[in-house]
Amino acid sequence: MDILFEHGNFALLRDGFLQTVELSALAALLALLLGTLLAAFRVSPVPVLRAFGAVWVTVFRNTPLTLLFLAAVFTLPRLDVRFSPFTFAVLALGFYTAAFVCEVLRSGINTVPLGQAEAARSLGMTFGQTLRLVILPQAAKTVMGPMSSVFIALPRNSAIAGAFSVAELFQAQASLTDLGYPIVVIFFWVALPYLAISASVGVLFHYLPQIVAAAGRLVRGLSERGTPVRTETVEANQ
Amino acid sequence: MSSSRSASASVLYDAPGPRARTRYRAFGALAVLGIAGLLWYAYYKLDSTGQFAPELWEPFQYTAVQQRILDGLLATLKAFALAAVLSLLLGALLAAGRLSDHKPVRAVSTAVVQFFRAMPLLIMIFALYRGLFAGDPFWALVTGLTLYNGSVQAEIIRSGIEAVPRGQSEAAYALGMGKSQVMLSILVPQAVRSMLPAIISQMVVTLKDTSLGFVITYPELLYAIKIIASNSTGYPYVPTVLVATPIYIAMCLLLTALARWIEARGRRGANRRTPVPA
Repeated sequence: MDILFEHGNFALLRDGFLQTVELSALAALLALLLGTLLAAFRVSPVPVLRAFGAVWVTVFRNTPLTLLFLAAVFTLPRLDVRFSPFTFAVLALGFYTAAFVCEVLRSGINTVPLGQAEAARSLGMTFGQTLRLVILPQAAKTVMGPMSSVFIALPRNSAIAGAFSVAELFQAQASLTDLGYPIVVIFFWVALPYLAISASVGVLFHYLPQIVAAAGRLVRGLSERGTPVRTETVEANQ
Repeated sequence: MSSSRSASASVLYDAPGPRARTRYRAFGALAVLGIAGLLWYAYYKLDSTGQFAPELWEPFQYTAVQQRILDGLLATLKAFALAAVLSLLLGALLAAGRLSDHKPVRAVSTAVVQFFRAMPLLIMIFALYRGLFAGDPFWALVTGLTLYNGSVQAEIIRSGIEAVPRGQSEAAYALGMGKSQVMLSILVPQAVRSMLPAIISQMVVTLKDTSLGFVITYPELLYAIKIIASNSTGYPYVPTVLVATPIYIAMCLLLTALARWIEARGRRGANRRTPVPA
């Protein structure tokens, strides 16, 4: 168990851990933004956008992530698109996960009762307002569970980046194995950070509804105390 | 599918009037322009870097290369088939463990399921390849796939069994059935119908994950593609990826279509019954 403090192994594992966290965080951000956009496309009244969203989801959900990494790292440079392996990894992981985020959001939108959107429309809200102010906040509650699965899977999937020259935890595992340390011990030290990451993401999603609710109360409290901000916005929109 | 899409659409907007129709058409035109621009840019990039050069596509005419792709495909399917069957067996076993009346059995099964679900498959496959199956990528891949997907299948099976209305098992116990009899003749047959789509979706994941064999030099489809690209003149990575992607998508869509078909059949069957009060 003491391989951790020999010959800079600690630095190797620590850097691998930080790289895994950084890669996962950036890919998660990209996936969240892109996935929300794609979900908006898929429920929009414009058929072309709906088709675009559907094609994206079909292609990226049914392609192995390893193939996406291979495509990013080996084919894009041949098309004169040159980034670092890390950036390619963020793009492959983010584009892949966005398809799953999109599907989770879309199924969440479908669970919001029809009357909610009808009421929003009868108040004169536009498609964007209905989605942003009425549907998505309610859908957010039902998507919390499936969404946490998507973002727990993401750091796990990020291990593949190690096979395409990103120095994260899988590469640390491979390097330590080549140095001849017993595989069981290496596995223990590589497994631990991954378990910590999935546990943290799980806990984060567990408390997310409370955090969001608290933030909402704070914002409402502020706007009620100050000048009637919301009335002005509504008038400005009309 | 089209009915569900129009249902989700009608949640958010009314039937458009003349002005909305014009606006939608304008957005549609913009979107078409944007997508056409993207496609043109992709074509321009492919063309300007010479990816349409005939010599890059020539390798696919050689029977040796075709054979290599076919062998890769068969190796992929072989690992997938074995891993799918084994993971279902393991899943059933672990699910039974998690539903057991004995606390130690429950605790061990829960720990196993949680651990293998949280670990990256690649990390496990690599450790198995270097540690347990030195030099045998096939069994390292199949074992890794079985452990990971078996744990996920266990959760699917368990939640399927728990979703059967409680009255069913209560009635069976009241008739004097034992636990295993209740499980096998009452709960599992009812649960299978609701579980099948989820089980097959997880099999799509298993199929996609066979491509991790690439990292431990198991000669599956992705590995074959990589070898073809790196051994041919001009390194035709783009053509080989453009050949491999549709193969994978087609395989996964076939499995998904099977899941949809089974789900549709299940729903038809369910409609014939009187609905169970919640």
